[in-house]
Amino acid sequence: MIKIENLTKIYHASGQKIVALDDVSLTIEKGEIFGIIGLSGAGKSTLIRCINMLEKPTAGSILVDGQEITTLNKHELRLTRQKIGMIFQHFNLLSSRTVFGNIMFPLEIAKVPRKEAIKRTHELLELVGLTDKANVYPSQLSGGQKQRVGIARALANNPKLLLSDEATSALDPQTTRSILQLLRDINKKFDLTILLITHDMNVIKEVCDRVAVIDNSRIIEVDDVLNVFTSPGSPTARSFVNSVFSREVPAELLHRTTAGGDREQTWLVRVAFIGTSAGEPIISSLIRKYDVEANILYGNIDRIKDTPYGNLTLELMGLSNDLQEAIDYLQSRGLEVEVLNND
Amino acid sequence: MIDSWLMERLLVATWETIYMVATSTFFSYLFGLPLGVILVITERGHIMENKVVNRVLGWIINATRSIPFIIFLILIIPITRLLVGTYIGTVASIVPLTLAAIPFVARLVETSLKEIEWGLIEAALSMGANTWTIITKVLLTEAKPSLILGVAITTINLIGYSAMAGIVGGGGLGTLAYYYGYQRYENTIMWATVIVLILVVQGVQFLGEKLAQKASKNRG
Repeated sequence: MIKIENLTKIYHASGQKIVALDDVSLTIEKGEIFGIIGLSGAGKSTLIRCINMLEKPTAGSILVDGQEITTLNKHELRLTRQKIGMIFQHFNLLSSRTVFGNIMFPLEIAKVPRKEAIKRTHELLELVGLTDKANVYPSQLSGGQKQRVGIARALANNPKLLLSDEATSALDPQTTRSILQLLRDINKKFDLTILLITHDMNVIKEVCDRVAVIDNSRIIEVDDVLNVFTSPGSPTARSFVNSVFSREVPAELLHRTTAGGDREQTWLVRVAFIGTSAGEPIISSLIRKYDVEANILYGNIDRIKDTPYGNLTLELMGLSNDLQEAIDYLQSRGLEVEVLNND
Repeated sequence: MIDSWLMERLLVATWETIYMVATSTFFSYLFGLPLGVILVITERGHIMENKVVNRVLGWIINATRSIPFIIFLILIIPITRLLVGTYIGTVASIVPLTLAAIPFVARLVETSLKEIEWGLIEAALSMGANTWTIITKVLLTEAKPSLILGVAITTINLIGYSAMAGIVGGGGLGTLAYYYGYQRYENTIMWATVIVLILVVQGVQFLGEKLAQKASKNRG
């Protein structure tokens, strides 16, 4: 759907050269929800604005649905933009228009006949669940409702691609979840490709299929979201993952369970289970099969998009050999095991 | 005392002032509004960035605005004569009033349009809007309440300027106050014009605020 090659953007601000994007290459497949995560100033905002040429790249190529967009003339660019929806962190709704008028705006721009535009606007209102707010002005809406208007507006001309610029960053967690759910729904319903940028790993966890980590104007990691969560490849990615799942073990625990001696040992073990194995009684069979004792210190089950993802921190007590066998067993069942206090 | 002669003079002069001010407000917006829009959209990073146009226009506007109106009035007499055939009277006053107000209006419009968040323009661009659509449906529409207040400010300014024009034979309340009130020491006339002027200015401001309020109703 999108093929970005060697994209570079350099700003010149008061005699200084600022590299906002440094040789970025990415491919985004049709129908996927692709997330770009980075800290503020990393370049993600510039990157998403290059896709619809709100920012003109300094060098490189961007193919959207097979069409090179960096070389389009003004007229062609306007037509292309009508087929790329965009939603914003601060919604950017016209305060002088009602909800209805705001959703109809892109249809006016695309010169859709009035009758048809009105019909389409009603459909969109229904899609985002705001039929009863049609004649209300944006100032009377909550943040979540404003973003729903933004989404309806972005979908007006049946785009193939939706760009989301920090669309949930100004919303509370609950509203964020409902907006993300709406994005997932429209992604499925219309086979719509969604490219979103965010600094919130929760957003990536909830909706994305794949994620790219951008740091210092460069893409440093691109992978399936599940892989990034279970084995982040870069320190930046790891710190984003930790912001969602606390992986730090309190120091006093580490101290208490320090392994040592030849006899009875205590190992602090973290077990991560993904997908189906979350449903199996692995720990109880572990205790039955091996001469170890297990003490559960911490556990949680979460979801990465549709896949259950569990995390368990255990104290395993026993002889070194038995402990090693127990861990091998866990690994043989497809679990990721990490001994935290063993060097 | 206020006799019928004075009443009649006052009514005629008030009408002349209203006529001069209304006409010159209209013409100053006819030219000043587009200039204000051009000032905004040719700015760096805006939808029709053009350094040369922006600089030249800005310079001309500043130069015109730095000339005191009373001097400006005399300076452009040849132009006034060329356009209306004379430089005395109500109709002739419209020329300097309009020309002096155009750069003022351009700056006022510029200020109003700059209040609009760039995000709104960016959103319209992302939908594929052209420059004309952005000017008419985003910039001018969103800035409407502020633009209306600008019209009130311009009108009030022009009422003041029109009195100055009155001194050099422009007609209206200025002429009345100067020739009768000042030169003939008729205090009643002086005070009567002052009261009328106060009432007119208050009325314009009130109307402007009401209309701006109506335009911004329900907005956030």
